[in-house]
Amino acid sequence: MSFINYSSREINCKIVYYGPGLCGKTTNLQFIYKKTNPQARGKMISLATETDRTLFFDFLPLSLGDIRGFKTRFHLYTVPGQVFYDASRKLILKGVDGVVFVADSQVERMEANIESFENLRQNLAEQGYDLDTIPLVIQYNKRDLPNVVSMEELQKALNIRNVPAFEAVAPEGVGVFETLKAIAKLVLIELRKGTGG
Amino acid sequence: MRPNLVLYEEEFNLVTDVIKRLVTSANAKVVFLVDKNGQLITSSGHTEGIDTTSLASLTAGNIAATGGLAKLIGEKEFSILFHEGEKDNIHISIIGHRVILVVIFDERSSLGLVRLRVKKSGEELEKVFAEIDNKAGTDTSGLGVDSPFAEITDDDIENLFS
Repeated sequence: MSFINYSSREINCKIVYYGPGLCGKTTNLQFIYKKTNPQARGKMISLATETDRTLFFDFLPLSLGDIRGFKTRFHLYTVPGQVFYDASRKLILKGVDGVVFVADSQVERMEANIESFENLRQNLAEQGYDLDTIPLVIQYNKRDLPNVVSMEELQKALNIRNVPAFEAVAPEGVGVFETLKAIAKLVLIELRKGTGG
Repeated sequence: MRPNLVLYEEEFNLVTDVIKRLVTSANAKVVFLVDKNGQLITSSGHTEGIDTTSLASLTAGNIAATGGLAKLIGEKEFSILFHEGEKDNIHISIIGHRVILVVIFDERSSLGLVRLRVKKSGEELEKVFAEIDNKAGTDTSGLGVDSPFAEITDDDIENLFS
């Protein structure tokens, strides 16, 4: 659900990065934070455990510039990926306008990817959204590691909707901005359609 | 699922007016209005030096977490939260199940006074938001008939990233 303020001529949209534990959701946001002009971003907030695992969410507000005289702001959130934080994940999906699913390309995380994707479907449904229609982009992260699943196999397992998908190495920024741009586009297109989340 | 929250000038001014009056009547330092998804709607008082965007997002996270706790014990929601600090305190309340009113105050005010004034302002805000919902109800997109977004071109979107 985006928030449109005609008085201050602003439009705010919410994007959630979802995916299994340690797939690189926080790393995506950290890279965006690092590489964005300080005027275009706010403070990044990470509610994490002492061992730097996401406990509740990370939050990064970004301003993308004007569109038809309206300032466009995107609020990026990550969810905690670890299975037992499901209650928190549900809360963060409230009011979401677009989802980035970050998959871990390593063979041993394939099951975790599929489980997380199904979990996303369920949690979206509980909030009244449909994973088959919501703006969605998939990112296949950790492509630099030796034991990765082939792109064909990943696409077949996760990208049933044939949404935009990107290969990424998040700590180095490979694919990070491509992913963000793609989801921001889809959210704005949805807004144009007027169905608005 | 609710439609987009759309605030036109008229309602925005009404809402901001209520918030401004609350700052004075409650002797507060700052008052914020935040939507449940963590977006700041408006604020008044001494906002300088406060990261309002972060505050809005964390408040919504806080409300979401306590709302989750409420459901676990069979409550619908906890409509009021209060955080007491050494100097400053935060009073958070849910208005009409939809927006969050945040009042920051220090020893120049008191919890009793804040609660009393928030109650009155809350009722006023509830009326304004009911009106906003009515307006949105006649238009399923929530974007208004003259939405500037219906006209967005692919180029407009592309230009944001150039």
